[in-house]
Amino acid sequence: MEFSKIVAFKLGEEEYGLDINCIQSIERIEHITRVPNAPVYVKGVINLRGNVTPVIDLKNKLGLGHTEFTDMSRVIITKLEEIELGMIVDQTNDVIDIAADSIEAAASSFDSAYFDGVAKVAGRLIILLKLEELMKTGAV
Amino acid sequence: MDLSGYLEMFIEESKDHLQAINDQLLKLETEPDDIGIVHEIFRSAHTLKGMAGSMGYDDLASLTHQMENVLDLVRNGKLAITSEMMDVIFTCVDLIEKMVDSIEQGGDGKEDVSEVVMRLGQIQNPTMEPTAEESESVSKTTAESQALEIDEFQASVIAQARETGKNVYEVTVTLDEKCTMKSVRAYMIFQAAEENGDIIQTNPSVEEIEEEKFGLSFTMLVITDRDARELQVQISNITEVREVIVSEKWNQEVHPLPQVSKETKVIAKQTEGQQKEKEEPDTAKKKHRSKSIRVDIDKLDQLMNLFSELIIDRGRLEQISRGSQLPELTETVEHMSRISTDLQGLILNMRMVPVEQVFNRFPRMVRDLAKELNKKVQLVVEGAETELDRTVIDEIGDPLVHLLRNALDHGLESTEERLASSKPEEGLILLKAYHGGNHVFIEVKDDGKGINREKVLNKAIERSVVTQEDAKTLTDSQVFELLFSSGFSTADKISDISGRGVGLDVVKTKIESLGGVITIDSKLGEGSTFRIQLPLTLSIIYAMLVKVEDETYAIPFNSIVEITNLSSDQVSTLYGQKVIQFRGQVVPLVYLNEVYQVPPIEEANEKEQLFVVIVRKGDKTVGLVVDSVLGQQEVVLKSLGGFLTNLFAISGATILGNGEVALIIDSNQFIK
Repeated sequence: MEFSKIVAFKLGEEEYGLDINCIQSIERIEHITRVPNAPVYVKGVINLRGNVTPVIDLKNKLGLGHTEFTDMSRVIITKLEEIELGMIVDQTNDVIDIAADSIEAAASSFDSAYFDGVAKVAGRLIILLKLEELMKTGAV
Repeated sequence: MDLSGYLEMFIEESKDHLQAINDQLLKLETEPDDIGIVHEIFRSAHTLKGMAGSMGYDDLASLTHQMENVLDLVRNGKLAITSEMMDVIFTCVDLIEKMVDSIEQGGDGKEDVSEVVMRLGQIQNPTMEPTAEESESVSKTTAESQALEIDEFQASVIAQARETGKNVYEVTVTLDEKCTMKSVRAYMIFQAAEENGDIIQTNPSVEEIEEEKFGLSFTMLVITDRDARELQVQISNITEVREVIVSEKWNQEVHPLPQVSKETKVIAKQTEGQQKEKEEPDTAKKKHRSKSIRVDIDKLDQLMNLFSELIIDRGRLEQISRGSQLPELTETVEHMSRISTDLQGLILNMRMVPVEQVFNRFPRMVRDLAKELNKKVQLVVEGAETELDRTVIDEIGDPLVHLLRNALDHGLESTEERLASSKPEEGLILLKAYHGGNHVFIEVKDDGKGINREKVLNKAIERSVVTQEDAKTLTDSQVFELLFSSGFSTADKISDISGRGVGLDVVKTKIESLGGVITIDSKLGEGSTFRIQLPLTLSIIYAMLVKVEDETYAIPFNSIVEITNLSSDQVSTLYGQKVIQFRGQVVPLVYLNEVYQVPPIEEANEKEQLFVVIVRKGDKTVGLVVDSVLGQQEVVLKSLGGFLTNLFAISGATILGNGEVALIIDSNQFIK
């Protein structure tokens, strides 16, 4: 497990985490332009300092329903290789250090291609996500 | 010594020389008696050899050397040009090209050259020693006096330098006999001298030195605040310099300095000749400062990106100033707009490259193909200086190769057929580029047999691209259009040249992805013309902004024919398809709110007024129904990134004045 620092965020009541190395920035939600004929979980594209960046509803992508925008909602901008992708989350919490031995491989009982494992940090359970899997299904 | 800094230069220059050799060889083939051409080729080959040698690419150097030997014999009339010889030389050039490519890709530039070297050797038989003659002539020039001539201006510069306590030295440098890349050495010596001071005069002139038009030694006049010895040491440190003599100028008594010996090399003494004060305009120095520079393409792209950000801000500012009542702001913004428009023109211009870059390789390709197919062909290139955006240039090569191959293979008849139909034996292929409005046109025209309508139709019916009934009603241009449908090849037998699975459909797709259009004209028995129409640039386009419900879309100007508004009762239905009659044509309608599933703002009440943007692809039109038209604007094309690909009828996005993203409509996809 190469995780050392992760950004923790909330989807509903659950906590998730992404490797900080693939996170570009965290943005407030501004105007999103809907993209027709794109997969449902794609909310649209935003203007990120002159770059057109697609944004997905992470909750929807993971099959957890739809995100209602609140004041706490944020877009996490991730980048893997040449692909940039924004993900809408309910709330971003903090950046946490995670020791390799506190991560448990994803239990077979909640098997999902997107889950990399569960980190236990001070009583919190944080589901670690696989970014490359989230980005894979870009094409319809 | 680390040569990596020169590598890029080496590759660029090698390519230039190779191109020159290729061009000249082709010329030579048509005019084998013109010994001037041989001289040209020889010169390029010679420089290439020198450069390769000093960069340490020995294979490359030795191969070039062999080629040079053959050329030398031809040059001196000791060998006649034969077609076998031309073939060997062409193969040789190909090999060299391969090596340079390998070097460019970080390889070692090694290739198996033994066979070609052997064949070159055979041509040279009986063996002669051209190199001996050559070195003789070189040593002759070395002996010539290297006295410097100084004009008034330089004299005053020297006088001034003396007053400020600087030293003026005459430096005579002699290079090692084994030095292969003299101009590079000379350049390094200039560099070393310029680090220490200023070079005000050289003999021979800088230009001549750069072109290696000097023997082994040259002289330069240097103003420096170092002393002579330091200067001497600096220059002697450069490899392949045999001797450096630094003497003080403008003092009647001459101080020959103690030489700094380098390893075991011999050092000769040379006393200073007197200086003449002669008025001779010397422009060498000025010419040295060349008028163009090479810029990394990435930097230009970056510039373009930054500039497009600026355009977005400009749009935003224009919007703000329009909304405000501040005349000062409006004025400033207007001024800024004007300047940025000029700037934009300039930047776009900087990215323009002549199509020559692509066209260059065709004469050679056509020659080889013609040989292979046993046809006689003359390729005429026109308008090679026509400029196109680099992004387009990069992409246009392959489609053109395909079209040329096609013209050669399918277009032109065999020699016998040509003679039988009383056409000149030699076929003609015209490759022509020209500007027209906001577009660049490239034509590939042949005087071959033309496209046989019946043959195309039969094939199309056979492949069930069209039905028997439809076939009868098709116009000629529609029939030719069929050639572009996938998996179509009219050649009776599949040859290595064009029938390799990729058809004209690939060409068409490519051209369309570049925002271009391809059309065919053909007359049976007289030949065919493939015409490609391309946009000047791909990065900034004019677009019409339209509103659909609450969403804004941009439609590229070049596909728009007309914008009209209609009342809803003018819409009729044909086979379930809504159409309008417009200028005597039936135009199908596409409701953007339906194809893009735009969420309605309010309860859909039947709209009485329809705005219809009529767009075109080829000679087909379709009307896009929108809610309102916002106006035209220059927009910067942005890609949607790697995550969203293959979206229906969306070609990209742009950022509007208010910072929001608008999607760009790819209207081609509405037209089948």
